[in-house]
Amino acid sequence: MNTIRQVFRSAKFVTGFVIFIAIILLTILFPLFITYDPLDVVGNGNFYPPGTYISQKDTIKANPYELRIALKQSNVGDSLKTDELDKIKEWLTQYGGMGKSEVQDADAESLIVMWTDKYNPSKRFRGMLASEQKYYKRLNQKLTELLTDKDIIIAEQDENNELKEKSKVKSSDFVNLKEISNKRTLVLGTDNFGRDVLRELVSATTTSLRIGLIAGVVATAIGLTLGLLAGYLGGFIDDLILFITNLFTVIPSFVLLILISYSVGQKQRGVGLVALIIGITSWTWTTRAVRSQVISLRNRDHVNLSKLSGHSSFKIIMTDILPYIASYVVMAFILQVSSGILSEAQLSMLGLGPATTSTATLGLMMNWAMLYSAHLNGSWWAYFPVLFMIAMISFSLNLMNTGLDQVFNPQLRD
Amino acid sequence: MSELGASCLSGRGVTKVFGIGKTVTVAVDHVDFDFREGQIISIVGESGSGKTTFSKMLLGLISMTEGEISFQGKPRVLKTCAQKRKYWKDIQAIFQDPFASYNSFRKVDSVLLDCINMRDGKALPQKKKEEMMTEACSFVNLKYEELTNKYPFELSGGQMQRLMIARIFLLKPKILLADEPTSMVDACSRATILDMLLKLRSEVNMTIIFITHDIGLAYYVSDQVYIMEHGKFVERGNAENVILHPQAEYTKRLISDVPKIYGNWDLTTV
Amino acid sequence: METYMLEVQDLRTKYVTRFRENVYAVDGVSLKIKEGKSIGIAGESGCGKSTLALSLMGYYFPPLHYISGDIIIDGKNISKLKPDTIRKRILGKEIAYIPQAAMNALNPTQKIIRFIEDVIHAHHPDATKKDIYDIACERFEILGLPRSVLEKHAVELSGGMKQRTVIAISTILSPKVLIADEPSSALDVTSQKMVIKMLRELMEKEYIKVMIFITHELPLLYNVTDDILVMYAGQIVESGTAKQMVFDPLHPYSKGLMGSIIVPEEGVRDHQLTAIPGTPPSLKNPPKGCRFAPRCPYAAPVCSSMEVPDIELPNGRHYRCLMSERKIREV
Repeated sequence: MNTIRQVFRSAKFVTGFVIFIAIILLTILFPLFITYDPLDVVGNGNFYPPGTYISQKDTIKANPYELRIALKQSNVGDSLKTDELDKIKEWLTQYGGMGKSEVQDADAESLIVMWTDKYNPSKRFRGMLASEQKYYKRLNQKLTELLTDKDIIIAEQDENNELKEKSKVKSSDFVNLKEISNKRTLVLGTDNFGRDVLRELVSATTTSLRIGLIAGVVATAIGLTLGLLAGYLGGFIDDLILFITNLFTVIPSFVLLILISYSVGQKQRGVGLVALIIGITSWTWTTRAVRSQVISLRNRDHVNLSKLSGHSSFKIIMTDILPYIASYVVMAFILQVSSGILSEAQLSMLGLGPATTSTATLGLMMNWAMLYSAHLNGSWWAYFPVLFMIAMISFSLNLMNTGLDQVFNPQLRD
Repeated sequence: MSELGASCLSGRGVTKVFGIGKTVTVAVDHVDFDFREGQIISIVGESGSGKTTFSKMLLGLISMTEGEISFQGKPRVLKTCAQKRKYWKDIQAIFQDPFASYNSFRKVDSVLLDCINMRDGKALPQKKKEEMMTEACSFVNLKYEELTNKYPFELSGGQMQRLMIARIFLLKPKILLADEPTSMVDACSRATILDMLLKLRSEVNMTIIFITHDIGLAYYVSDQVYIMEHGKFVERGNAENVILHPQAEYTKRLISDVPKIYGNWDLTTV
Repeated sequence: METYMLEVQDLRTKYVTRFRENVYAVDGVSLKIKEGKSIGIAGESGCGKSTLALSLMGYYFPPLHYISGDIIIDGKNISKLKPDTIRKRILGKEIAYIPQAAMNALNPTQKIIRFIEDVIHAHHPDATKKDIYDIACERFEILGLPRSVLEKHAVELSGGMKQRTVIAISTILSPKVLIADEPSSALDVTSQKMVIKMLRELMEKEYIKVMIFITHELPLLYNVTDDILVMYAGQIVESGTAKQMVFDPLHPYSKGLMGSIIVPEEGVRDHQLTAIPGTPPSLKNPPKGCRFAPRCPYAAPVCSSMEVPDIELPNGRHYRCLMSERKIREV
């Protein structure tokens, strides 16, 4: 109990713990409130940016309000592209007789005011190409259209193929957002398949944590068992286990991961299997650490005393050795979970992760974003939140680990 | 008892070598010994002389590289766990560091309970067990009621070491190997512990093998003294003879280097 | 008025544990040492003797905190100085401190002469390497250390040699006070003897004016120092010359302590060892009255309620007990 109290006094551990619990709470609570399927395709296209989406139809049906908001110029300014603005500037300086400095720093609204003031479509300028002439005419047309206050008429075709006015949208019409029934806020937009990234991210975090947990449990279980046996029994068994451990250490575990992932085949490679593969390739570190700890413990006097009291080897391992390395094993376990999540992400990035489209993992999300070049077309919402989540998970786990380390090894305390 | 009793533990050519190849360390080098029943035998050596390795071999905690040890005249065989368990009913130990001798995750009274179980007392009723533990604790001036449900870190070094003696009291072995039992406790507790060990011997009539670096202590407690240097016994014999009239150079030096209070401590000899 | 080289007046210091508890490890210690004298401090572990050694340097850093009292070296009060001043002006020059594991303080990658250069440069920045080498050689030869040690690395030396080298380095500036906290406890008896011999030489040649030697080994203390102080639960319970203290202790605690001495000398086998029952009190909230009362075989009810004064006898001995000298000798 005292130890646990001490652990929770460590600022580092508590910070890590709070972050980690927040992530876990997110994965538990979020699906309770947002109940739709995480892999539901909500958008019919790639990478819709984050924002609130409302049905255009609903805006027409909703109760219109007339608000007096000067929206002409500012609105128009927004709907002009930069190259169009540049063209306007060019015309104003060359043909409109405006000074360069006046034009250069003017904003879109004042530019439009100047344009409507100066431009005359019927006037011809010498030296202007015909195509340019036409461009300016089109531009002017667009501007006048945008500037007019004309209402938009929504018409319907009746049986006789005749258009019949149904309703009118005035330019001063506004709609109260609350009255629109069909809207969806996609906080992180959609991914390449048109799925809600936030919902997907939460479910992917759940899966990844599960993978990390399975990998961590498997790796720690193997590592602990082998380490205890090798360290305590020594002799031939120690040599054998050390040999196997060295073998696994020398072969880069990532290569092994890739080979196993590949050889089990595309179809069998589910989330559980990938977790298992990660687990059985990453136990070596735990084995070595546990073994060296046990070797230093097995010559301790309390172990000798237990032997003299006639305890069996199994009992000595369980009562005299295991409790002493328990804190160490917990720390190793935390690191294994963290590295398991990272390994899954790495594997999936290479396309060797779980071969599934029914569940998302953090790695798979990264993989999908990469395949559809989200990073090239600036769709940051498809990969940045995933990166952030991976970083936060391993950050919190490592912080917890450092905190524990400081509590259990007082020399490291600052 | 003053006459040489029957041979209790004897050995011939006992050797322990650590390491292989070029980095060999000979910790104990072909030593012969013959410990008689009912005596207190001190093995004196400085750190690195191999006395702890020697004691571990006597206990059967580590194997010998060479040589053989006889227990009560018969060669000692420690191949199976059952043989070891039987041997450990006859030989027990108290270790140097009381703080390291306890499993800090178990309550201290579990140590005593283990002893009762070892002496075939597993089937005894709980009440009887408690009585035995109370008796053992009162033998070393501890109160059993105060010890129950305590963890080792709640006791002082002296209390822990006394509890170790209580453990021996319950086990009543034929041989007790005390590996520097007083070097980690204070001077005052040292006297208490020595007193208790001597009291225990008169009660249970056992042989005590006392491992120590303190030649004064060896002189005070023991009948026989073995002086160990670099894994070999350089001198052995009656305590009075060895300490007061040392023959070997090493023993002479050892004794002259220990501070004196009655005689003159000659500082010029170094 | 006699002058003292080192005078300590009612020094109190404390430790603050991680759980913000105060441990009053040195609780009202006063001592006076004349030039050329050495004193030994004896006591069980946890009685505050090592803390006293640290406190005497005047260099306090957490968890050790200064509460009150004065430390006067050769007429100069150092207890109120800033840690930085202490480090730059006092340590090494006025006071040298040698802990038990001093030998492990040598950086294994440097030659011994470098440490000496560091020490001398810290106080005399313009000393040349040649001068320093000459000083070091002279000092090492007088102290019986081979000159070749200067050019060696710490790893090439044995434990005893390292410890003696550290002592030689720390006293190279001839500090007035040397505090040695169990300097020989980790060594074998032969090295221990060499260390003791060296400390005695430092005193005889007057490289140090005053030595404070701390150990729990009484026979050693008897052979090293002029006076012995017995410390119990943060206080000094008795002081006197080494001979008086070992053969004629007054305080019941000192009696117990001296009764536990074992040496390999004729006749010792017939002595009855005395043992003190119980454990030292916690220094977090020390008992009222006499601190030894709970363990004292002669304790009267008044002992645990009345503050015990420090009694000075005509022959200069001090003790802290309510019994009179005659009564002590009777019981």
